[in-house]
Amino acid sequence: MSPEQAEQQTVEEITPQEAFTELDAGGVKLIDTREPYEYEESHIDGSELIPPGVIADRIAVAVPDKSQRIILQCRSGVRSYDAGQVLQELGYEDVASMAGGILEWEAQGLPVESNVNLTPAQRDRYSRHILLPEVGVEGQIKMLEAKVLLLGAGGLGAPTALYLAAAGIGTIGIVDDDVVDASNLQRQVIHNTSRVGTPKSSSARQTIEELNPDVNVIEYNFRLDADNILEVIEDYDIIVDGADNFPTRYLLNDASVRLRKPVVSASILSFDGQISTFVPYEGPCYRCLYPTPPPPELAPSCSANGVLGAMAGQMGLLQANEVLKLVLGIGEPLVGRLLLYEALGTRFTELKVRRDPKCPICGPDAPEVPESEMGQFPDYEAFCGGHTGS
Amino acid sequence: MPSVKIPPVLRKHTGDQMSVEIAGSNVGEVLNALVSQYPDTGGQLFSGEGELNRFVNVYLNDEDVRVLDGLETAVTDTDTVMILPAMAGGSTN
Repeated sequence: MSPEQAEQQTVEEITPQEAFTELDAGGVKLIDTREPYEYEESHIDGSELIPPGVIADRIAVAVPDKSQRIILQCRSGVRSYDAGQVLQELGYEDVASMAGGILEWEAQGLPVESNVNLTPAQRDRYSRHILLPEVGVEGQIKMLEAKVLLLGAGGLGAPTALYLAAAGIGTIGIVDDDVVDASNLQRQVIHNTSRVGTPKSSSARQTIEELNPDVNVIEYNFRLDADNILEVIEDYDIIVDGADNFPTRYLLNDASVRLRKPVVSASILSFDGQISTFVPYEGPCYRCLYPTPPPPELAPSCSANGVLGAMAGQMGLLQANEVLKLVLGIGEPLVGRLLLYEALGTRFTELKVRRDPKCPICGPDAPEVPESEMGQFPDYEAFCGGHTGS
Repeated sequence: MPSVKIPPVLRKHTGDQMSVEIAGSNVGEVLNALVSQYPDTGGQLFSGEGELNRFVNVYLNDEDVRVLDGLETAVTDTDTVMILPAMAGGSTN
């Protein structure tokens, strides 16, 4: 023992079983000296959380009577012992530290309050999320329970899917009827060279399953159309639109407004990207922003104009970031805002987008869609001038 | 002079410039001056009747000119006029 330690008072240590017996008898104050995120995961019923950094300041309010019996407890018994010394220096007379902490308490089979259903492996995997007070165990559980549908596993969808999978979004649906082409690999990082020729949805699934076994991937190896869209999107909480063509974008908008599903929508071309988040009736919809599509000759695709791979990745990750905020209910999603990104200048510009009072889909005068016509949509191919985008 | 931001789809008509300085006291004047200087941009911007095409959004700084005074919206030298057509690029091959 060093001289410094020798100068400090020793603190009474008791076993979890002894602590349990005392607590059961009553008249004891149990203080949990861990951090809030640890307490949130699980704690002993009746304990009060006072993190070690603030115990000297808060103890007088929590325990005004210095003769009160106090049991301190942390994760393994180290922080609670140190806290015991602090309390004794402050004049508290009857302080004990629970040896082995809550780990030993749980190992002895003693009861804890836990609203958590993360496995130890999940707590480890998602620890950097759980450490964020805005996320915590509760937020991570929301992510594991969330269902997100990606339209396209391409330039935008590939990076979005990777980060949503890594984050632990529990169900990821992928709609893509294309196969992996060598020219995709410059930006569609979820695929790889050995998968050239295989369907993008199954290539994406393989990568996601290797990255995170918590994620359930559902493949839709077909194109969304008016006949199948409601059936596909109705099970999802959030839809990510990285579609490569206008008919699909308008169809998705109209269907998602009908079912009140939020859509995170980005598009990319050359060195430029746009992104917004459309939450039906809370903010504008895609048609409030773009009431009609451009004619085909004025709607070039990446295949004709090229696209910088890293820029596609940046926009895809902005999409993932929007999804995570919506799932967690934190921050300010891009509702009513269109964010433009110019990769060459590394400049972001934000524009205001308002609900269009004349919007034929979400405006106040938009016709109510009767249940019997829920699955009926206009001919978007004709609406978009026959443009198919590929 | 106000600057006009040119979207990727129109840059081939402006000699690959992403931004051009165009004189004008309102949005309509600026856009018309742009079209006289770079005639091929006209088809994207205006319909046959001289109205702004509905598939193109024009912003003055961060606000849609349709919620301001449309083409009549006054423009000062420090303003930025942004032309914003819809883009669909995403998962294209």
